[in-house]
Amino acid sequence: MVNWDLLSNALVSGVLLGGFYCAVAVGVTIAFGMLDIVNIAHPAFIMMGAFIAYFFNTSYGVDPLLACIIAAPFAYIGGRLMYRLYYFAFERHGEESLQGLAFFFGLLFIIEVGLLLIFGVDYRFVEARYIGPGINIGFVSIPWRMLIGLIVGLAMVAGVALFNAKTFTGRAILAVSQDPGALRLVGGNPVHIKEVAFGISIATAIVAGALLIIIQPVEPSIGRDLIGRVFAICVLGGMTSLPGTVIAAMLLGIAETLTTTYLGPSWSPAISFGILLLTLGVRPAGILGR
Amino acid sequence: MTLPHASDRAVGEKRARLRARTILPLAGMAIGIAIVFFGLDWVGTDYAYLAAYTVLQFVVLATAWNILGGYAGYVNFASAAFFAVGVYTSVINYKTIKLPLIATMPLAAIAAGLLGLGVGYLTLRLRGTFFSIATLALSVVMNTLVVNWAFVGGSRGVYVLRPQTIEFFGPYTRYLCIVMLIMAIISVLIARAVERSWFGRGLAALKDDEIAAECAGVPALRLKLAATALSGALMGAAGAPFPYFVTYVDPATAFSLTIAVNTIAMPLIGGTSTWIGPVLGAVLLGSLQQIATVTISSALNLLIVGVLMVIFITLAPNGIVGLVEKIRERRA
Repeated sequence: MVNWDLLSNALVSGVLLGGFYCAVAVGVTIAFGMLDIVNIAHPAFIMMGAFIAYFFNTSYGVDPLLACIIAAPFAYIGGRLMYRLYYFAFERHGEESLQGLAFFFGLLFIIEVGLLLIFGVDYRFVEARYIGPGINIGFVSIPWRMLIGLIVGLAMVAGVALFNAKTFTGRAILAVSQDPGALRLVGGNPVHIKEVAFGISIATAIVAGALLIIIQPVEPSIGRDLIGRVFAICVLGGMTSLPGTVIAAMLLGIAETLTTTYLGPSWSPAISFGILLLTLGVRPAGILGR
Repeated sequence: MTLPHASDRAVGEKRARLRARTILPLAGMAIGIAIVFFGLDWVGTDYAYLAAYTVLQFVVLATAWNILGGYAGYVNFASAAFFAVGVYTSVINYKTIKLPLIATMPLAAIAAGLLGLGVGYLTLRLRGTFFSIATLALSVVMNTLVVNWAFVGGSRGVYVLRPQTIEFFGPYTRYLCIVMLIMAIISVLIARAVERSWFGRGLAALKDDEIAAECAGVPALRLKLAATALSGALMGAAGAPFPYFVTYVDPATAFSLTIAVNTIAMPLIGGTSTWIGPVLGAVLLGSLQQIATVTISSALNLLIVGVLMVIFITLAPNGIVGLVEKIRERRA
């Protein structure tokens, strides 16, 4: 006895949630998949974005998404500086595996506690015209705020894909993930390319933060719940593949909403881990991996 | 039949020096422990025992983490999950068969060791980063499991009653402190034994170059699995007395970020290459936090640990032990 109302609502909201997960995971696909930088602090930068949106929304009445799009170039510069530090401290010596991981773990932690000290442990939310209402098509309801997440998430992935396909730097990002030596031969500097790509990755995190706080109220520690999700999406999608990221994000979104609908919301954090372990154990190359 | 040779004598001298170098710190530790313990008894308050317990607990956790993280170079972010397995094994025991604490600790170690084996078996065949990522997610999942498990208290938590005193040991807090002290000594001895055996040398070879080590005949997967299980088991054992220590356990305390962060920060700050690094890191950082929690807020306190960790791994990747060695070399 399938309740079609419930099922179709769950599927639709799964796809919408998947759109948001695209925005969250695209930066990890760039940093971890393409550049081999295990930036586990990525969710912390997303939280930073969420609180940037919160701050400008409550203090100056700026639209949360607009605030983060304006902040994104600054995040890009910050990301480039961070990569430079990472390169000189770890990657140059080939020490990135142990120390690099610990470095990002430390960053994750510093950002989280920093946000906690500034904004406290209360849930914060933003105000915008599109947050309350939604559209109803038949018995399926689509809230505007989720639809914005889907549109912006897909637009971000499309933007990165376009950049990778059309520009020299973009193609060089893919090259650096395959063969840095060969990239040097055609006149690209791997370190510079990775710096640019990491900057882009951090900028996407900030924008994803705006989407997060539009979708739900936010407090500093919920960023940790995203860690399993972003890496599950990246691994399941096949590490370097952007279409893979979209498919994996949608799958995870649908799997989570189905779990929430039929088992209750408290189980959904475990889904991403199950997917991650299963992928690593059965097919580490992911669905669209080479 | 060989005659004593000049080089043989040099080797002998070197060995003697090595032995002195290992006996001295051990003797120093024994004396230190004795002084601390008499000091605690002299102060005699519950708070003193509990503060010492916390520091010793971190000695166990940091030492356990270092067996996999320091010797083999595999970063485990799920120390809180392994610790919590121990905590909840103890809670289950408390709610069912009520074995004494000493008997619960091996059970907790077995449960956490099995968890390590399971996660390791699925992820250790791949690159080290995948193992680390899986452990990151592991904490979230174990947390979810406990939140949904009403028998062990769910998200509301559970109360554990401890007796005021216990035969022969006096106050129960003193007893807990002694148990953790013994646990700390056992883990340090295990870490030291691992470091000096073929097991430790195999792990070190994996850390330097896994492919080369495998080609040279090091059974990579088996060594990594053994190290993960051993490290997890020690963390689990450290978690078993915890319910009696806090008397109220909920998922937020059992899976606290304090444990996850400190367990990684302490060995990295102390130095990961020898057994003494994590001990040094745990004692220094642990005592510092005991003082800091009283004087400043605990959130700020954690921020300091995070900042210290990042500074150390960026500027002094070999920790305090590495710094001391560098100074010694410069003098010589």
